[in-house]
Amino acid sequence: MENTENKIKITLDGKTIYARKGSTIVEAARENGIYIPTLCHFEGADPKACCRICTVKINNRFMTSCTTPVSEGMEIENNTEEINDLRKSIVELLFVSGNHFCPTCEKSGNCELQALAYRFKMLVPRFPFSFPRKEVDASNPKIVKEQNRCILCKRCIKTIRDEEGRHYFAYKNRGQHLEVVLDPVLGADMPDELAKKAMENCPTGSILYKGKGFEQPIGTRKYDNQPIGSEIENQS
Amino acid sequence: MATDEKIYQILSKFDQDKTRLMDILLSIHEDQGFVSADDMRKLSESLGISYAQVQETATFYHFFSNTPKGKYNIYLNNSITSVLKGRAAVKEAFEYYCGTAFGSVSEDGLFGLFDTSCIGMNDQEPAAIINDKIFTNLTPFRVKQLVDDMRKGLSAEELMYEDFGSGNNADPDIRAMVTNNIRKKSIILKKDYEPFSFLTSKLKTMSPEEVIAEIEASNLRGRGGAGFPTGLKWRFGRRTAGKHRVIICNADEGEPGTFKDRVLLTEYPELIFEGMVVAAYATGADIGLLYLRYEYKYLYHFLNRKLTEMRKKNFLGESIAGMDGFDFDIRIQLGAGAYVCGEESALIESLEGKRGEPRDKPPFPVEKGYLGYPTIVNNVETLATAVKILHHGAAWYSSFGTKDSLGTKLLSISGDCRFPGIYEVEWGTTLREIVAMSGAEDVQAIQVGGPSGMIIGMKDVNNMDNSELMKWYKPSGMMIAEKFFDRKLSYSDLPTGGSIMIFDNSRDLLSEVVMNFMNFFIEESCASCSTCRNIPLLMKNKLQKIIDGHGIRQDIYDLLNWGKILKASRCGLGQTAGNPILSSIFHFRHLYEQRIQSLTQFDSGFSLEKATEASRKYLNKKPVFHHF
Ligand code: SF4
Ligand code: SF4
Ligand code: FES
Repeated sequence: MENTENKIKITLDGKTIYARKGSTIVEAARENGIYIPTLCHFEGADPKACCRICTVKINNRFMTSCTTPVSEGMEIENNTEEINDLRKSIVELLFVSGNHFCPTCEKSGNCELQALAYRFKMLVPRFPFSFPRKEVDASNPKIVKEQNRCILCKRCIKTIRDEEGRHYFAYKNRGQHLEVVLDPVLGADMPDELAKKAMENCPTGSILYKGKGFEQPIGTRKYDNQPIGSEIENQS
Repeated sequence: MATDEKIYQILSKFDQDKTRLMDILLSIHEDQGFVSADDMRKLSESLGISYAQVQETATFYHFFSNTPKGKYNIYLNNSITSVLKGRAAVKEAFEYYCGTAFGSVSEDGLFGLFDTSCIGMNDQEPAAIINDKIFTNLTPFRVKQLVDDMRKGLSAEELMYEDFGSGNNADPDIRAMVTNNIRKKSIILKKDYEPFSFLTSKLKTMSPEEVIAEIEASNLRGRGGAGFPTGLKWRFGRRTAGKHRVIICNADEGEPGTFKDRVLLTEYPELIFEGMVVAAYATGADIGLLYLRYEYKYLYHFLNRKLTEMRKKNFLGESIAGMDGFDFDIRIQLGAGAYVCGEESALIESLEGKRGEPRDKPPFPVEKGYLGYPTIVNNVETLATAVKILHHGAAWYSSFGTKDSLGTKLLSISGDCRFPGIYEVEWGTTLREIVAMSGAEDVQAIQVGGPSGMIIGMKDVNNMDNSELMKWYKPSGMMIAEKFFDRKLSYSDLPTGGSIMIFDNSRDLLSEVVMNFMNFFIEESCASCSTCRNIPLLMKNKLQKIIDGHGIRQDIYDLLNWGKILKASRCGLGQTAGNPILSSIFHFRHLYEQRIQSLTQFDSGFSLEKATEASRKYLNKKPVFHHF
């Protein structure tokens, strides 16, 4: 019998589970072997619900499970037709609003966006492709910022900072002109480790560490062999 | 590029505090009209944030620029009412006389022409902001005069010919052409109240708990549109522990079509500030902030003077009105052009010097707001109303309005009507009454609650089955058709922040009105949510396809389904950004049905003929297209 002390009871798709007080719905679900897809959320960093893919329904309202803490008796709809279709539509949105040509992408197989597209069995998106014109910024000595693949998830903004807490990456503009840019000043002498970490933390192939792209052959990468989420679902 | 000296002067004025970045950027703009890359670099060095972070804030707001602008910068309102009142001709005149196109600065650096979202002058359109001064009722002729005078080097103030508007608009600290157009006064607008008399007498006999209880008894709900119970908000704020507590007055009136807060700020500033002081007393707040939208900058000095007068009378500062331990003061923070900052958590981000991106909730501002302190954000009208309620008592207030919506509401009425302006009506007023009192004729539709609201139509022509839509769609702002004109403004029927726009039968609702609203949301999205960043544009393009005659029935279903996805967005902007289309499908389905090809199952909207026209002409070839 699991230890339910200090835990609160919630219902996820009708199933009762026990959650740590103060944990978010995503964490609670994961600790119970249930995978709620996330994309903009990065474990350990403050959540900022940008991608909306972790949306669940509580009391007939959409809430993002990466930011919402559990509370006693909470009833959550997660794996429903409505929610799954919403999530799939978000993956599609991210595909049509950028230029994601997976076969030529350095991140293929390690890309969470691509992996989610497989998980949701995306074939032809319901939305028309917009084929926006975006730039590739290779001015930094260590990093290529490939704007065509950026899904504006803020992970790099939240996780790549210097000792004083200054951000290497930041949003620029708003609306249709929103982009994530690398600071030209701080970025000029970015430590190697941080540059590599930036590439790793990016869910897509938008941040590339120069000279590193194809080190591990495509076909042998993380999601080439194991669908995203399976590490949580098969953990028992 | 500002000199080092200037930059450091500005920085030290704001204690090199990064949370005052808005003021720092505003000051640099005030000084030189733009902030250069070099300036941003200097700021980043002193503020302890990266260049990219400074740029993040500096590129978010519409009135900031990182390239030099003109000596005269003309921001022409592009709200739908401006369009209906002749914006196109005014725009053309500006371009002709200034010799440059909108979105650019003339070669001689004299004129910058820019579009801007609703500036809160819908009852006197077309209107523009020229070097922070407001110019209303523009005509091509007037534009020629203005441009001639600007070429002579006259200042923005001199351009007005001392032709000031009504009431306090002629005050030496305002001097604006703006008119108030107050057309109907009731319990809030009647000048039967000596400002600060509640603060100096009855308040002293009441405990904070009693003040909150009285507001709760009145059932006052937030007047900005969302309608959250004010008393409860105050109670939550009071309950949360914090080193400081904060009262914010939200004067970021950005919903297109609303301008009632502008009139309150002009004519009743004491009532608003007294409301803030009272709210501070009730909640135990010591910090007060009024967030004033940049469009209303012409009121800034006037409002500050009012605060100075209050300090002199000890209505602000320490031991206010002789009440020991009651310390509270108010600072006015200017915005810089971003509709989304009307959302309370975005407003707080902006107050902290960041881009106005809404926060995830929970936590709500009452728990964790400005600089992490418990924060109560109230709308201008809410605060003014609170004072009147407390002065006369909740029982008195409850005698106005309807059972579920007590009291009165300020409406901003504009569009196709003879008497646009401010009307204070009791809740329960019907749209038919609004048509009558505003002198509107031949009405096709009424937009209640601005673009995020609902459009309601005049004729009983919409017999389409909306049951599918009804299952999940609850419009908060709407376009309404006539068979619904007996509907009442109230929290149970038509809740509204007060923007009412009327369209007569000469208007094309889809291509004029709905398109204008969609463009507004696309422009104003903070864009951090994947849904709000992408769906409105996709919906707009789909609507364009229908307007162009390429639509099929599936396109209408797509619009409904895509609108639903928006409900997963973080804030009200994204959640309602589909409403112009959804509510017009709801009330004006026939306008869509008329335009689609009823017999066609598929139309990509792509015309091969058109796409190859230029090359065919060039090659002088006439290929045969096979149509299926
Ligand atoms: S660069 Fe990568 S991590 Fe950063 S916002 Fe874009 S997709 Fe997200
Ligand atoms: S809904 Fe739109 S405006 Fe609101 S937070 Fe999301 S992206 Fe920003
Ligand atoms: S993972 Fe929760 S919103 Fe992106």
